[in-house]
Amino acid sequence: MKKAGIIMIIGSLLLLGLFKFPLWNIMLGAPQYPEPLGMNIYIDGIKGVSEFDLQNIDGLNHYIGMKTIPKPNEMWEFSVFPKVILGMALLGAIIGLLGIFNKISYKFFLGWFILMSVLGVLGMYDFNNWLIDYGSNLDPHAIIKVTNPDGTPMSYKPPLLGFQKLLNFDVTSLPHTGGYLMFVGMSLTLVAFWFGRKASLKKTTQ
Amino acid sequence: MKNLLKSTLAILGALVAFTSCNNSANSGGKSGALASNIAEKVYVAPGEHDEFYAFISGGYSGNLTVYGLPSGRMFKEIPVFSQFPTSGYGYSEETKPMLNTSHGFIPWGDSHHPDISQTNGEIDGRFIFINENNTPRIAKIDLTTFETTEIIEVPNSAGNHSSSFVTENTEYVVAGTRFSVPVPQRDMPISEYKGNFQGALSFISVEPEHGHMDIKFQLLMPGFNYDLSHPGRGKSHGWFFFTTYNTEEANTLLEVNASQNDKDFIAAINWKKIEEYVNNGGGTMMPAEYAHNVYDEVTHTATSTMKKEVRVVNPSDVPGAVYFLPTPKSPHGCDVDPSGEYIVGNGKLSANLTVHSFTKMLDAIENKKFDGEAYGIPILKFEDVLAGSVEQPGLGPLHTEFDGEGNAYTTFFISSEVVKWKLGTWEVIDRKPTYYSVGHLTIPGGNSRKPQGKYMFAMNKITKDRYLPTGPELEHSAQLYDISGDKMELLLDFPTHGEPHYAAAMRADIIKERSKKIYSLAENNHDYAAKSDADTKVVRKGNEVHIYMTTIRSHFSPDNIEGIKVGDKVYFHVTNLEQDFDVPHGFAVLGQNTSELLIMPGQTKSSVWEPTKVGVWPFYCTDFCSALHQEMQGYIRVSPANSNVPLKWSMGENIE
Repeated sequence: MKKAGIIMIIGSLLLLGLFKFPLWNIMLGAPQYPEPLGMNIYIDGIKGVSEFDLQNIDGLNHYIGMKTIPKPNEMWEFSVFPKVILGMALLGAIIGLLGIFNKISYKFFLGWFILMSVLGVLGMYDFNNWLIDYGSNLDPHAIIKVTNPDGTPMSYKPPLLGFQKLLNFDVTSLPHTGGYLMFVGMSLTLVAFWFGRKASLKKTTQ
Repeated sequence: MKNLLKSTLAILGALVAFTSCNNSANSGGKSGALASNIAEKVYVAPGEHDEFYAFISGGYSGNLTVYGLPSGRMFKEIPVFSQFPTSGYGYSEETKPMLNTSHGFIPWGDSHHPDISQTNGEIDGRFIFINENNTPRIAKIDLTTFETTEIIEVPNSAGNHSSSFVTENTEYVVAGTRFSVPVPQRDMPISEYKGNFQGALSFISVEPEHGHMDIKFQLLMPGFNYDLSHPGRGKSHGWFFFTTYNTEEANTLLEVNASQNDKDFIAAINWKKIEEYVNNGGGTMMPAEYAHNVYDEVTHTATSTMKKEVRVVNPSDVPGAVYFLPTPKSPHGCDVDPSGEYIVGNGKLSANLTVHSFTKMLDAIENKKFDGEAYGIPILKFEDVLAGSVEQPGLGPLHTEFDGEGNAYTTFFISSEVVKWKLGTWEVIDRKPTYYSVGHLTIPGGNSRKPQGKYMFAMNKITKDRYLPTGPELEHSAQLYDISGDKMELLLDFPTHGEPHYAAAMRADIIKERSKKIYSLAENNHDYAAKSDADTKVVRKGNEVHIYMTTIRSHFSPDNIEGIKVGDKVYFHVTNLEQDFDVPHGFAVLGQNTSELLIMPGQTKSSVWEPTKVGVWPFYCTDFCSALHQEMQGYIRVSPANSNVPLKWSMGENIE
């Protein structure tokens, strides 16, 4: 159980990487942008990959009537997400610590994982909703209005994950370092659960 | 029988091989498989970058052109000494001061010899300097922006030709006069030239951080013509060498009268010694008038300051600082090999190339082996300083460059060829024709301790039939040669702009990493910058009207302006708000008597317009900036001088 507890602590503390590294990244390349424009999505705000990327994305988006990329104070998520992540990291570490001293069952590890997964899915759902709003809630006076073949306005929603072509832009949306650290951390908590279970079974057979 | 046939073929094959080796003059006409092989050597695939930058002087265009090697593609024309309507250089209010001189505003120049800054004898790619021959000036171009950022006028000089070469750590950029003149200038009979005219050799210090130039001292030499120069390097660092001609001191029909002496001189100058003398208070301050123009990248504005005096040094006041090395027949190029040992004097009327030895020169000086003196300057004995001569290499030698493998390459104007020869043995290794009558040649890094080799290009004075004809006036041709093998191989023939005199070239990697993409709008400190639409305004001061205008894809702000009157002097101060690479905006208004403005992201430029006619006149963006570029326009209303239409402006709504 000692090993499992340590892994649990490491796994949950890896979430703290989100305070330093971006969770997600969206890159926008086009014939005129051989060096693509990009935005890094952090849990507390969106930053350009290069200094003026956000400004330039907003500049281009004004043609199709998209809203400007939100500032941290314009979305509640950017103040809540850091608290949730910090809370979950600390909770995981405490569970792990208690696990080391056999104060609680290994099943708490799985419980933490399930809670984190539910929060993660909710976060992704919220993020996707924002992308839909950002990509389709357009200024009716937009300079360029593109419609689908059925006459409905085209949506410029970037993909949640993967690649999509939007007019002249090739948009790629993938997790970034912070996101990968979170996934590795969450996987580690599952490993911790597995080790905890093995240790527990061993104990019972003895 | 079969064997006999075989051996005959073998012998024939050998003969062909030998003749083609010896008869290298014919190798220009390769075809078939060989030609396609050559094409591959200069082919830079679409989207790929060239390996080298070449900065080729634009001669009487007054500018400097930027090329890529080996493709021979031109990337930019950098305006230096001439007005350039393409960008507004010399027309915009900010850049007019760059062309100010003690003779007033001069819209044109004759640029000659670019040289890249060096650190420890190696090219560092920070700045490039170039001289203006006609109204003597030296310019500095910043290689992060590829823009001219400083120009200093050189007083007491005339025909600023033996310029602008830098010392090993860019301590100095050196400018020598081709024509000797009265110093200081005065009204006197031309016939009294001899003994009265003087030649000023100027040592312009370069401040290490920003490259700011200041004339440290001028050496007032005898009234010869100082044709070209090069710094010592390595062991000869601290010395500078100048070729002279017209040591006859003729002032008329020089083609005859200045070709009488069997030998002219290379002047060897121990500048470190003179620097020490000057640092100890030596020399005298002479009244002079010369402009020093500096462009500030933060205010995007140039200022011109008129300087009032210059420090001059009489060579006889600094014993041991200046010597003359006799050199046959009106030498032109004066080139120093990468080791600093050999000084090549290209005697343009001589059949042989003369090479002096720096070690022998020091020895002759130490042992006082003098052969008389000229105006108090000791003349060394020719035989005592001679390292060797290249015998009969060609006709009309002009310039020599080096490849770092112990080989030298000399251009021959009259026989129209480049000859490769070996330093030390003085044997000719190869020769290749040029098309036609080559002047300078350049090897990347060829004027440094570490030439970068691989290519050499020859810049010709005569083009004739090389390209599709374009009437009587032709651009000059240049040829690129592969010099990586024993024999030179002609790769490419490409046109150059203006008259390319010298060129400087270097590997692209250092420069391209530092090249700026935009100017920071936040750092823009221009007096009339409008950094957002909220800052835009129109201000009247008497009959001067200042319009603080912004541009961003795809509109001007303001784009409707009223209340201008005939007789007003209207300043359009246009700021480009973009912070995106390669999104300039242009500005032009109907009837503008200057040029357009081309404004880079983050930059502010100003154009003066003095409307002479009542009406509503359009202005527009001249650079196809965006999909809605054609919509990027505005109107300015000009009313009669006595009207009382109020000064108003708007963007996105009507003026009430």
